[in-house]
Amino acid sequence: MKILVCITHVPDTTSKIQFTDNNTKFDKNGVQFIIGPYDDYALARAVELKESLGASLTVLNVGEAETEPTLRKALAIGADDAIRINAFPTDALFVAKQIASIAKENNYDLILMGRESIDFNGGMVHGMVGELLGMPSISPVMKLDIEGDTVKMAREIEGGKEFLEAKLPLIAGCQEPIAEWKIPNMRGIMSARTKPLNVVDPVDSEIATDVTTFQLPPAKGSVTLVDKDNVEELVKLLKNEAKVL
Amino acid sequence: MSILVYIEHADGSVKKTSLEAVSYGKALSERTSAGEVIALALGTISDEELARVGSAGASKVLHVADEKLNAGVIQAHADAVGQVYKQIGAETLVLAKSSLGDAVAARLAVKLDAGLVSNVAELPETADGYKVKRSIYTGKAFAETTVSKNHKILAIKKNAVDLKTDGADASVEKVDISIDASNFAAKITSTDKAEGEILLPEADIVVSGGRGMKGPENWGMIENLAKELGAATGCSKPVSDIGWRPHHEHVGQTGVKVAPTLYVAVGISGAIQHLAGVNSSKCIVVINKDPEAPFFKAADYGIVGDAFEVLPKLTEAVKAIK
Ligand SMILES: Cc1cc2nc3c(=O)[nH]c(=O)nc-3n(C[C@H](O)[C@H](O)[C@H](O)COP(=O)(O)OP(=O)(O)OC[C@H]3O[C@@H](n4cnc5c(N)ncnc54)[C@H](O)[C@@H]3O)c2cc1C
Ligand SMILES: Nc1ncnc2c1ncn2[C@@H]1O[C@H](COP(=O)(O)O)[C@@H](O)[C@H]1O
Repeated sequence: MKILVCITHVPDTTSKIQFTDNNTKFDKNGVQFIIGPYDDYALARAVELKESLGASLTVLNVGEAETEPTLRKALAIGADDAIRINAFPTDALFVAKQIASIAKENNYDLILMGRESIDFNGGMVHGMVGELLGMPSISPVMKLDIEGDTVKMAREIEGGKEFLEAKLPLIAGCQEPIAEWKIPNMRGIMSARTKPLNVVDPVDSEIATDVTTFQLPPAKGSVTLVDKDNVEELVKLLKNEAKVL
Repeated sequence: MSILVYIEHADGSVKKTSLEAVSYGKALSERTSAGEVIALALGTISDEELARVGSAGASKVLHVADEKLNAGVIQAHADAVGQVYKQIGAETLVLAKSSLGDAVAARLAVKLDAGLVSNVAELPETADGYKVKRSIYTGKAFAETTVSKNHKILAIKKNAVDLKTDGADASVEKVDISIDASNFAAKITSTDKAEGEILLPEADIVVSGGRGMKGPENWGMIENLAKELGAATGCSKPVSDIGWRPHHEHVGQTGVKVAPTLYVAVGISGAIQHLAGVNSSKCIVVINKDPEAPFFKAADYGIVGDAFEVLPKLTEAVKAIK
């Protein structure tokens, strides 16, 4: 059994987002980069499956050289080897075509991704890879178990859950509580240094969408405080001033 | 040339987010002179209900009544939408972001070789190319995105456009297509869903509770206020992690992103990851006993006080104005 986990290299969730160069570039100054939180759930579940099923586990990122420490961290958490497709991840379709091309060569049985990246939040790459490979792609998956060649999943839908079954091969976009985030231990960190990290060139892909400029949301005005013994006032303000009731 | 809008429905009625997608399509067609707005619904739903989609701006509704499409099987829906899109020669597909909509959009981007923009927050600028504003970094920023493909797919966020309600009833036309059995490889075995509940991602008002609520036994207070306001209920991540509330109520960066007109946060500190999921709300009210709680900085209105005192009073005050 071969498992592939696709991870993003994204700003820590507490980062203040800023742009430079006339709002055309993300400002990396002072920003710490992490494995995308949803990708981290995917990776954690993959490590569990690797251990229980004796699978091999590869992690992949489409990104430039700066993402390698993030791939090393995934190796420290438990992946056997890593692939970096050496390209700036322009948009979801571009990334999906890169992932699909690697997946075609290597015939993975299970491809796990995050429900969405936390930079572009599209929640699109897994579905696109599914279509490119002609495989089911299920997201957001909150539970995933493998019995023989059957995958049993629970998927979050608006207001509840949907339970699904499908045969391998399959793609899933993961979210909690599929597994608990894993923190690398000392042994993992040591062994990650010598695990293979292969850099491959991207395949050609036409540009479909492109970002011209970034913007920050308008600053929030200051809060209007209402006395706790005068809640009627709050209701009045919501009705007459904010006009939301 | 026309704009196709993919409609989702639940419990026999069209989802409000899908009506917004129709209104978005209508406003887009006026801006780009892109022709007619045609809506597409899949599975069992009445003609009367579908005709209502006209009020939001569609001139016609196509209906594939195949019962196999009642369950939201992703590949089957993507296949059906793709076939109809090609049949009518559409150039743009608009849909509301949702657990099904996202998956359908992704597959169609490949099927149609389209430029896809997700989290669309506004109508595009078309004077100079085709530029769409989308939300990124979980609402912490926006990106002006150009689409260079002929075929375009826009997955829109809630509140990207005002819902139109003054259109005339739409004509409903049945469409027959055949959907290959291979699209049903992933089988939905069952669903577990609260009936008649106001759905969090679609709600106009949301009342959320955090760890300050102390325990699940106190949620009745949150529910009473929500009921009075016609609101959905939400919670912070630790609250669903400890199991006080179901997981699908967890709001924030790693949970549901909401965009209601009114968000009421009770006993939630306002960590940046929680704020990321609510920063598209029009108006935010915070109730917290700590005047230094960071949430007050992101709030429009606030009450510094004990939730256990304030909530019952607030519920009464809301009842009084009805
Ligand atoms: C990668 C990552 C992702 C995360 N994603 C999310 C996410 O999506 N959503 C999310 O919510 N969190 C998320 N978190 C967690 C987040 O950082 C906070 O820990 C969490 O939001 C805190 O929840 P809380 O405000 O309910 O609890 P607390 O921080 O414990 O705050 C409780 C608040 O209640 C107030 N309070 C106490 N008693 C009362 C009372 N009687 N009346 C009124 N107020 C009272 C207190 O003053 C305090 O402000 C994430 C964290 C990480 C690291
Ligand atoms: N540059 C990338 N490299 C590897 N995997 C990615 C990349 N971008 C997105 N993904 C995967 O696709 C998922 C969904 O991403 P998105 O469609 O951007 O929300 C992520 O959670 C990752 O698992």
